[in-house]
Amino acid sequence: MVSTATPTRPDPFALSEEERSVRDTAREFAQRELAPTVAQRDEEERYERGLFTRMGELGLTGIPYPEELGGAGLSYFAWALACEEIAAADMGMAISLSVHVLSQLCIFSHGTDEQKSRLLPPMTAGTHLGAFALTEPGAGSDAAALSLAARRTDDGYALTGTKVWITNGGEADIYVVFATVDRSHGPEGITAFVVTPDTPGFVVGSHERKMGIRDSPAAELVFEEALVPEADRLGAEGEGLKVALGSLASGRISIAAACTGLGRAALEHATRYASQRTQFGRTIAEQEMIQAILADAAVAVEASRLLTWRAARLRDAGGSINAASSMAKMFASDTAMQVATDAVQVYGGAGYSRDNPVERFMRDAKGAQIYEGSNQIQRLIIAQHLIEEQGRADR
Amino acid sequence: MVCIKQVPATTAEKRYTADLRLDRAAAEAVINPLDEYAIEQALRLQESGAVESVGFLSMGPEQAAEALRRALAMGGDDATLVTDPALAGADAWATARVLAAALDRLAPDVALMGMASDDARGSLVPGAVAAMRQVPLLSYGSELRIEGSSARVRRLTADGFDIVEAPLPVVASVTDQVGEPRYASLKGIMAAKRKPMETWSLADIGLSADDLHGSALTRVVETRKPEPKPPTERVENVGADEAVTRIADWLAARKLI
Repeated sequence: MVSTATPTRPDPFALSEEERSVRDTAREFAQRELAPTVAQRDEEERYERGLFTRMGELGLTGIPYPEELGGAGLSYFAWALACEEIAAADMGMAISLSVHVLSQLCIFSHGTDEQKSRLLPPMTAGTHLGAFALTEPGAGSDAAALSLAARRTDDGYALTGTKVWITNGGEADIYVVFATVDRSHGPEGITAFVVTPDTPGFVVGSHERKMGIRDSPAAELVFEEALVPEADRLGAEGEGLKVALGSLASGRISIAAACTGLGRAALEHATRYASQRTQFGRTIAEQEMIQAILADAAVAVEASRLLTWRAARLRDAGGSINAASSMAKMFASDTAMQVATDAVQVYGGAGYSRDNPVERFMRDAKGAQIYEGSNQIQRLIIAQHLIEEQGRADR
Repeated sequence: MVCIKQVPATTAEKRYTADLRLDRAAAEAVINPLDEYAIEQALRLQESGAVESVGFLSMGPEQAAEALRRALAMGGDDATLVTDPALAGADAWATARVLAAALDRLAPDVALMGMASDDARGSLVPGAVAAMRQVPLLSYGSELRIEGSSARVRRLTADGFDIVEAPLPVVASVTDQVGEPRYASLKGIMAAKRKPMETWSLADIGLSADDLHGSALTRVVETRKPEPKPPTERVENVGADEAVTRIADWLAARKLI
């Protein structure tokens, strides 16, 4: 591991003993149990549910939720540390887990006590996998334009419509689904529901044929008059967008952490390769153009981590995280893409081969610039925040 | 009672103080990896009901409490840290005296240790502690069993294995053959915060700095980095027959074939 990953005393950003312990457990697990098989699972586009179960046994599947609900009772910061470690070995599993934690957050933040105690313990334990179903064919960045209809029935709702690109789709046991009770109400019609796979009228459609994170599943979900009892509505009617956006603001922190892990892994591989590969009679690591690539990558990865840590610490302190988490997500995913692309360049021809991991990093990184709010949307959020702040300052 | 040592991480850059002691504050520290096997063995004995409780004992600076809490996160019941300014620079003999005195007070049926420490690699402490406490030593076990009032290790030898048995109490050491150490789960990490940990000074175990002859009988006179390995010789871009001949010649020149 490069030293950038492990600040110790007297570093003012040093981790607490407990935080180091969480990081070490996640790192040991990721390096021993994910890293050896990730290339093969990627190649076969295979999601290995047993690995999620193992993460559950270690307590990695509900880190930021209270112990009463089966969680680890740790901070969001600790979750970010674990997510970086998992992604450094296996970006697909990190994203799958991140979405699982995101779906739990919707329930934890907006569910009733009954819903929390019924739904969360199997999720924190890693026996039930969660999914977050917001995106539709006609509603990507413009999430408020979703059209999945929730028609009121005598004892609940009938859902009709289609979701696409749903991470963990087909594998999940709990789907948090966003629908509209009345399209004419626009964003105020959006409502969140919990749907289980045995719901009549709900089927998993085709699986997405992804460029990267191929060891995590993503699928289309089809609803045809799928009956959901009122007890499974999350929050009030019309509160759905608040449920979604509030949770996504936190979710972006773990995406940023995962991208930091991916960038770090790409940099470690590139540095190691550059130190071994000889051209013109010396290692390419001794050549300044390669050094410049590695140095720029090291700075960017470190900056990604610090933005991520700040957003996570801010969240744990109860601060407003909208801009901070967008900055972290945007910068860390752009960095992951840049560093992974550069790692391929450092490897040269070998990097273009599927026999080396850096091409996988490049494919895995690309998605992170798109999902959980494209980086264009993140820039909008950051700019809005900036303009509002300036307006307040000038008033 | 599992005796553990906090050591610098294998990958950490090691720095030395002016008096040639390892600068422990400068390096990321971990539980001695070979001690993790002893912890795993003890926890397995507890899970099978062969022992009632598992405790951890360490001698080291105050920060060694972190290694004890990491052990408690893996399992077990309680921990004891012996720490004292007079112990700085303790050598294997002083360490053994301190552990023996602490074990006299704790009086466990089994004092279990790893086969060596990752930083010093002396492998002296288990034997020294057994001698000082005048109890049997069961060393280098690939497995430890407790049956009734006796302990038994299985020790691999060049042509098979020995079974060595002794009446309790014993000092035992185990190898990396006992099985992969478990991870500390996140629940374990949280639970460890609530497990009891005692801190003892030298006086608490009835020793004084004089008893330890200034904490060491030995003195480090020099530290230096190992010589760098010569670069790997590669046989590349030649036909298979030629490559085989060259590798065979290389091995023959070193009398390896």
